[in-house]
Amino acid sequence: MTIAGIEPKAEMVHWWFATGILVLGLLLVAEVVVGPEVWGRRPWRRYLWPGLCFLLGLLMWPVMALYTNSMIHMVAHGSWAQVLMLTGGAELGVVRGKLHSQYWRLTSVVALLVSGTAFLVHEQNGWYFARAAFLHHALGWTLIVAAVFPLAQAFRPRSVVAASGFAMTFLVIAVLLYCDRDSAAIFGHFSTFAGVPHR
Amino acid sequence: MSADYAHERLGKTERERTATAAWSIRVRVVLAMGPATAIAGIAWALVQPWRLTLLHPHGQGLWWLLAEPPLYVVLVGVLFRMLIAPGLIRDIEDAA
Repeated sequence: MTIAGIEPKAEMVHWWFATGILVLGLLLVAEVVVGPEVWGRRPWRRYLWPGLCFLLGLLMWPVMALYTNSMIHMVAHGSWAQVLMLTGGAELGVVRGKLHSQYWRLTSVVALLVSGTAFLVHEQNGWYFARAAFLHHALGWTLIVAAVFPLAQAFRPRSVVAASGFAMTFLVIAVLLYCDRDSAAIFGHFSTFAGVPHR
Repeated sequence: MSADYAHERLGKTERERTATAAWSIRVRVVLAMGPATAIAGIAWALVQPWRLTLLHPHGQGLWWLLAEPPLYVVLVGVLFRMLIAPGLIRDIEDAA
């Protein structure tokens, strides 16, 4: 009860992760614009997005541990932590030269599919229950559909379309997370069971 | 100057011009990404000023005063422009 009183609201945590994912998206878009050769000219730049991805995975663990409003939330947050760290770690291994196969990009497919499924499974309400419910459904399906981009990259690593799609996915996810409110209407719909609506 | 050499030279110049234009577009896009992000954050703050608790701070708790999503977006844009874009521009020009 004491912890619940002093911990930030769930919507704030969503906005903080949205900021991290926005940075991730901008880095990936910039890499697509300049091309992998120019991007890789400075070694530290190659570590940026995999490192940030790994860090976001690490930061997801306190979210799992502290936001224990339901078992299924804990499982969802824990699974995001694991797949973010898996993807970040695999990509760090690739840029460091420890891992060589282009198929390590498939870890991003796993990450997007697991994340999308976790969003859909842990949202118990329908699309128009409230804005948070709508965004969970939208995020879940966005992630699942977007898994096609890293899948294409695993087999065609130099595909600009696949790289662009992968990068844009993060920008879309950031926007959706920024839109989140704990209780707010969505397109004029708001369930009477969803609490007091905010703007 | 023989016609063959002139034709070859002309073709090369065309290719160089196209390559330069492509680099120029890339430079402009990289330069625009940070400011575009920051402008998006400012536009969001103007459209939904209630998302900035700093504009009405009385009675707000610590977390609400720290949670300023439009400012986060502006900050990301500014940091990208200051920290990432300059090095990228130099490397694009070096590669060209």
